[in-house]
Amino acid sequence: MSDKKLMKGNEAIAEAAIEAGCRFYFGYPITPQTEVAAYMAKRMPKIGGVFLQAESELAAVNMVYGVASAGKRAMTSSSSPGISLKSEGISYLAGCDLPALIVNVQRGGPGLGGIQPSQSDYFQATRGGGHGDYHILVLAPASVQEMADFTVKAFDLADKWRVPAMLLSDGTLGQMMEPVSMEHYEAKTFDKPWAVTGTGMAREHNIINSLYLDPQKLEIENFRRYERYERIKAEEAMWEEYLMDDAEICVTAYGISARVARSAVTAARAQGIKAGMIRPQTLWPFPVKPFEDSLEHVRAYIDVEMSMGQMIEDVRLATRCARPVCLSNRVGGMIPSTEQVLAKIKEIAGGLDK
Amino acid sequence: MTRARVTLFAGHYGSGKTNIAVNYALALRAAGEKVKIADLDIVNPYFRTRDSAEELEAAGVELISSAYANTNVDFPAMNSAVYGLVQRRDAQTVFDVGGDDRGALALGRFVPYILEENDYEMLFVVNFRRPLTPDAESALEIMREIESACKIPFTAVVNNTNLGCETTAETLLDSLPLAQELCRLASLPLKMTCAEQSVAEKLRGKAENIFPLKLQRGAAEL
Repeated sequence: MSDKKLMKGNEAIAEAAIEAGCRFYFGYPITPQTEVAAYMAKRMPKIGGVFLQAESELAAVNMVYGVASAGKRAMTSSSSPGISLKSEGISYLAGCDLPALIVNVQRGGPGLGGIQPSQSDYFQATRGGGHGDYHILVLAPASVQEMADFTVKAFDLADKWRVPAMLLSDGTLGQMMEPVSMEHYEAKTFDKPWAVTGTGMAREHNIINSLYLDPQKLEIENFRRYERYERIKAEEAMWEEYLMDDAEICVTAYGISARVARSAVTAARAQGIKAGMIRPQTLWPFPVKPFEDSLEHVRAYIDVEMSMGQMIEDVRLATRCARPVCLSNRVGGMIPSTEQVLAKIKEIAGGLDK
Repeated sequence: MTRARVTLFAGHYGSGKTNIAVNYALALRAAGEKVKIADLDIVNPYFRTRDSAEELEAAGVELISSAYANTNVDFPAMNSAVYGLVQRRDAQTVFDVGGDDRGALALGRFVPYILEENDYEMLFVVNFRRPLTPDAESALEIMREIESACKIPFTAVVNNTNLGCETTAETLLDSLPLAQELCRLASLPLKMTCAEQSVAEKLRGKAENIFPLKLQRGAAEL
């Protein structure tokens, strides 16, 4: 008998976080991510962990800051408007080089928007969201299994690089149910000599701080952090390629949109169109290499996302604008259909033949 | 098949209540009954009985749900027509109760009428492949939480163990001892074992009281 469970995406995040050794969850309810908190509320008391519903998103993210400072794995989760509220805290986490996990189960925006799935927080996730020069690691799952796998990966990467990590998901992935296996996880531990855990009168004080009144010192900290970011870009980009070997039309999409894109690419191939897909699994660092490599044979790119066109900017940068990149999108809580994407592929294929 | 006038499906969220409730209502209708189905879920705005509205209407099953279900309005509303179901008592009625104790809370206000009429089955739907109900003990815990929220005791268990599209006959056969253990702990009978139609075919002769399910919209997409 396999050990698979039938899980909602939101539950998979929560259970995987527990598997990854996270024993501190701080949250505030918001649709469509509330099951993460509900699951943690059930599980944490039974395993000696902490579930705490904070009085606000701001409080929750600062509780994460506290636990992360002490060197323990901590997380918070929310959906788009709640992530805006947490952004100040995320900037502080980045400014203190603290590893932590922030989960965004995206819904439609801007403003209160709606409760249906969306991918319109790409800029917020990959460009910072909060103030100051910083990046966070951004992982984009496209299945319930990846919701679990990438949660574990995000904790590991955050600890390895001392950078906050975000799992960027959406309402559909959060709510949908698929079989999940968690048998293959290996618990990793990282030395955290910087953590504030008491000196035992045996070492200098560790200080967790993002305030530098001396501008030269602050500049040095920023330069150092960006040197680390360059190493992360070189080492940690993740992506999946589908039928890309001889593709002339490359569809690119992440998360739930990539499932639609994959179906459209398969349908296009059945009609004799050389289509393929690049699916970024990390959005920061953005996987530039597969796009550079694809320039040899790809003649046009179609970016599929549930936003007005955000990742499309990174696709244009990665391809150095050497080929046309067009958008096939739905927004506001709507999901693109396979037919819509297939029609776009055929439209572009028709243009290439001329 | 003897059946109560009111059949209530409650259980852990994501255990398959909505799917079973819709199939059960359609089966009652196919047997010639006048049937109404009520969606009492005030918690989850995503997958709802209303997803099956067209099929229910075509079959002649009356659906009573919140006007806000499946809309962008995240609003815990209940249709006042639900009172008609427990007061007029003019049709076979299926209740799709919200998940867990939180979801079942909304049922409480109708319970006095249901108990007064005393012609009901309160069914606990369980999927032993859900992460929080991997065994009889954990399922019993959720069962007790629901009973304490809605103040009506369960009368039977419905085994709906599945792994979504990866469900095999073995998935269900493996779960039979767990269902028996839950029934023993709760001192309740097993009402039926649910299986998607193709899996149900393979279980013929290997398990009793198989209720074949046609998966509803949302359960199989993407």
